[in-house]
Amino acid sequence: MTATLDKPDAQTAPAEIPSFQVTLRIRRYTPETHGEEPYWQDFTVTAHGTDRLLDALHTIKWELDGSVTFRRSCAHGVCGSDAMRINGRNRLACKALLKDLDPSKPITVEPIKGLPVIKDLVVDMEPFFASYREIMPFLITTGHQPSRERLQSPEERARFDDTTKCILCAACTSSCPVFWTDGQYFGPAAIVNAHRFIFDSRDEGGAQRLEILNDKEGVWRCRTTFNCTEACPRGIEVTKAIQEVKRAMITRAF
Amino acid sequence: MTTIPAPNTPVVRPSRRTSRGNWELYGWVFMRASGVVLLVLIFGHLFVNLVAGDGISAIDFGFVAGKWASPFWQIWDLLMLWLAMIHGTNGVRTIINDYAERDGTRFALKLALYTAFTVVVVLGTLVIFTFDPCPANSPASLLPSFCTA
Repeated sequence: MTATLDKPDAQTAPAEIPSFQVTLRIRRYTPETHGEEPYWQDFTVTAHGTDRLLDALHTIKWELDGSVTFRRSCAHGVCGSDAMRINGRNRLACKALLKDLDPSKPITVEPIKGLPVIKDLVVDMEPFFASYREIMPFLITTGHQPSRERLQSPEERARFDDTTKCILCAACTSSCPVFWTDGQYFGPAAIVNAHRFIFDSRDEGGAQRLEILNDKEGVWRCRTTFNCTEACPRGIEVTKAIQEVKRAMITRAF
Repeated sequence: MTTIPAPNTPVVRPSRRTSRGNWELYGWVFMRASGVVLLVLIFGHLFVNLVAGDGISAIDFGFVAGKWASPFWQIWDLLMLWLAMIHGTNGVRTIINDYAERDGTRFALKLALYTAFTVVVVLGTLVIFTFDPCPANSPASLLPSFCTA
């Protein structure tokens, strides 16, 4: 029997998709037109239940005001470009559904805190990546391999599985109150990525990395406020990872 | 043609950061250890002073003088004084480091903190070891009743 398209019923047109109005209160910084003072600007757009905050930002940029500036790349929660402070919490705009953000009130959208703002929601990520580079986020080994595979048991792999999920969006680091006042602090993201190698059985640079993070601006500045764990869009247990690095240092020292 | 001795040798970069050593680590461990010890010391202190024996009504000049006549309570109070002061000062130091952004403010606050620390610890230690309820050659009117002159 051949599959056939059901005869469209002329009587019942597809139901109207329910939509709602939502206001975005965006923290803007446009020195070229509005001077050095940041200011708030409200935009109201029509949205559907399936729309994310990023969709609303697109509507604003494409249809209302082309000067609104933000980063986004993959728009699916993998590239880590569009971390921003949404209703006071760090979220990825592409993973935050508007209907979950209480659209009855204006939704505040700000750049992530603690990093220099370049324009609107775009911040200078260089201090963040400088800390990341400093913990040497690459496999360190000795000898002249690879002459054979570096084998690892599933248990050894599971030891650092959680911290491999980081997408470097800076949501954790820019949610950390210590980082807000002390830009020298390595920040949760750098420690998470150090954790990923320190607890990798194939890596031999653990001692060096622990030495780097044993700094005045290293893991000891962590106050375990759990802002980072709460902010992480990948669900990494950031605070736990930081504590595991601390424990590794203490067992090494005593 | 020269060959590179070991091309895969990891490069160790000199770090631009300055503070090394285990100072922060020991500070962190001290906070935990002294916290546990202080729990015992402080609640022991409170129990002996406020609950044991006649309870709170027993506290007077003579009670304190009696306690400090014993080396056991001298050591107890000395430990409590030093641990509490170092523990608290270190805690406030981290708070200043976290929240005072300007170098000048941070310096002034830490100066005040360390001054207060020094005064309290020196004065407290001095009192614990040199305390004499019945100093010689004092007029009897200034001495407590239990002093047999």
